[in-house]
Amino acid sequence: MYQPKMKLTPEQRDILEGKQGPTKAKILETLVRYGDIFDAPELVPVTHGCGHLVTSFGMGLLKPVFRICDEMIEAGLKVEGGFTMDPRPVDYKNVKCNLLEKTVFNLIMYGKQKDYEERLLKLGMVPNDPFSCACYFKEIGNIPKKGDVLSWAESSAVNYANSVLGARCNRNSGMIDIFGSIIGYVPKFGLLTDEGRKATWKVTLKLTKMPEAQVLGSAIGMKVMEEVPYVVGLDQWIGTELNDEATGFLKDFGAATASNGAVGLYHIDKITPEAKEQGEKLLAPGYKEYVIDDAELERVYKNYPVMWKNKEKEGNLAFIGCPHLSLKQLNEWTDRLENALKESGRKKVAVRTILCTAPAVKEVFIKTEAYQRLMKTGAKLTCICPLMYANNPLTKKRRIMTASNKLRTYTLARYYKTDELVAKICGK
Amino acid sequence: MKEFKGRVLAAGNYKGECIVSHGGLNTLATFQSSAIKHAKKVIASDQNNPDLYGKNITGIALILPQTIGSTTGGMVLQVICSMKINPACLLFSESIDSLAAAGAVLSTVWEGSDIIVIDRLGKEILEAAKSGGQVEVKEDGTVIVY
Repeated sequence: MYQPKMKLTPEQRDILEGKQGPTKAKILETLVRYGDIFDAPELVPVTHGCGHLVTSFGMGLLKPVFRICDEMIEAGLKVEGGFTMDPRPVDYKNVKCNLLEKTVFNLIMYGKQKDYEERLLKLGMVPNDPFSCACYFKEIGNIPKKGDVLSWAESSAVNYANSVLGARCNRNSGMIDIFGSIIGYVPKFGLLTDEGRKATWKVTLKLTKMPEAQVLGSAIGMKVMEEVPYVVGLDQWIGTELNDEATGFLKDFGAATASNGAVGLYHIDKITPEAKEQGEKLLAPGYKEYVIDDAELERVYKNYPVMWKNKEKEGNLAFIGCPHLSLKQLNEWTDRLENALKESGRKKVAVRTILCTAPAVKEVFIKTEAYQRLMKTGAKLTCICPLMYANNPLTKKRRIMTASNKLRTYTLARYYKTDELVAKICGK
Repeated sequence: MKEFKGRVLAAGNYKGECIVSHGGLNTLATFQSSAIKHAKKVIASDQNNPDLYGKNITGIALILPQTIGSTTGGMVLQVICSMKINPACLLFSESIDSLAAAGAVLSTVWEGSDIIVIDRLGKEILEAAKSGGQVEVKEDGTVIVY
């Protein structure tokens, strides 16, 4: 039997010794070994019962994952508080694919989707179409409180929960997320500790105009990598209240810090909960400094590589909403596209354009008049993950444009600032 | 010849070829393409990693600073270990990151993998070792670069 370095309670030791069955023993051993690597002194209870899982795609190659799911189901294990999931991979109605692409998606890539989702339901997935990377939207309702301990994995959701909601979660991998949710404990290290939440970078903004959330996040992510930044000067641009506008900005900013670097937590002076309470006391001794001005943001933006085979050609597909768009952002994008079409004298978008949002947000949005206006522009609305679409090797022939730095990082998509992307889409 | 000593996370002995990634290894981007094709070897498919792109990394020692990218990373490592197309060793110059750590543990506990994992070898190993060169790894965490 594995000899843990951390201290376990008698109940946890019983589980590890197999007194509650071999599957539970292996799950606990995984969590204990994982924590021991980071010198975690103990396991602490998960206080926000609803989990969130990153592995939402039924890819044939995930045989070990399916095998473990089956073993857990066989052992009668499930997540008592339920869990939400990252987005589904395909939606042929709104994200049209040719026959070859569909063949690759259906037979090679995501052919096990239905089987996988059946397993997830048995393991406790909440039943009302909970597929979104932004599970913390109020329309979905998986919203931890400040100080809650989580067992989540999706990097942008972990980043948002830690930073904007003040919850506590490490950047866990897929499988660790469901293991912690089933056992109800996670190892205490890193971002679960007060010390691990101290900022080791002070980032000072000296900007003359509102920054693009995705470029600012990218610049900070690439500089600090997995460390914690404390950002000063953003209140000038997004205010000090965590309203819909500010949280939308921070969602996109955070996703860029997490994907262009490996940031699990950031503090924004005068805005995010811990920064509001503690201010610059959150800075760790010996912190490093990074000053960002307009020129630095432009430098970062200009250095993004263009991965298209034919760099001279224009894009022929646009994805907006990675992470998923909030209701407010859907309304903003509708206005943007409508106004730009008026200016260009066009009735419909010049490039196939797909907006991505959560199923629960879509349900609300389609009941509003803005949805009809969006549909009139010719844009489509889906709930998939555009990363999973772009992972299909056949889609690499398409020249995908995006205003998402996460999509740019993981695929061949080309990044454009919001205004530039709108101009391309609307033929301005 | 240069000797390094790291922290053993999964012990084992190895002598043979190495490959070096000077930047962070994006696990999903590197392994996904070969895994989807059920290939017998991983030909690294991360176009943003010029050190590895297009090269075989199965069965040899992979020297890297840390892993980066999607939080599916640990699970992806588990998958390639279950397919037995994993690198023989993961030799980290830095402290292992949480995603690779999860991958190492998942592979050990659930797949019975014999992948060797050592971290905290120091930045110098990234310069001392050359792709295509030889290394010897001992179960006490010693790595000799020839």
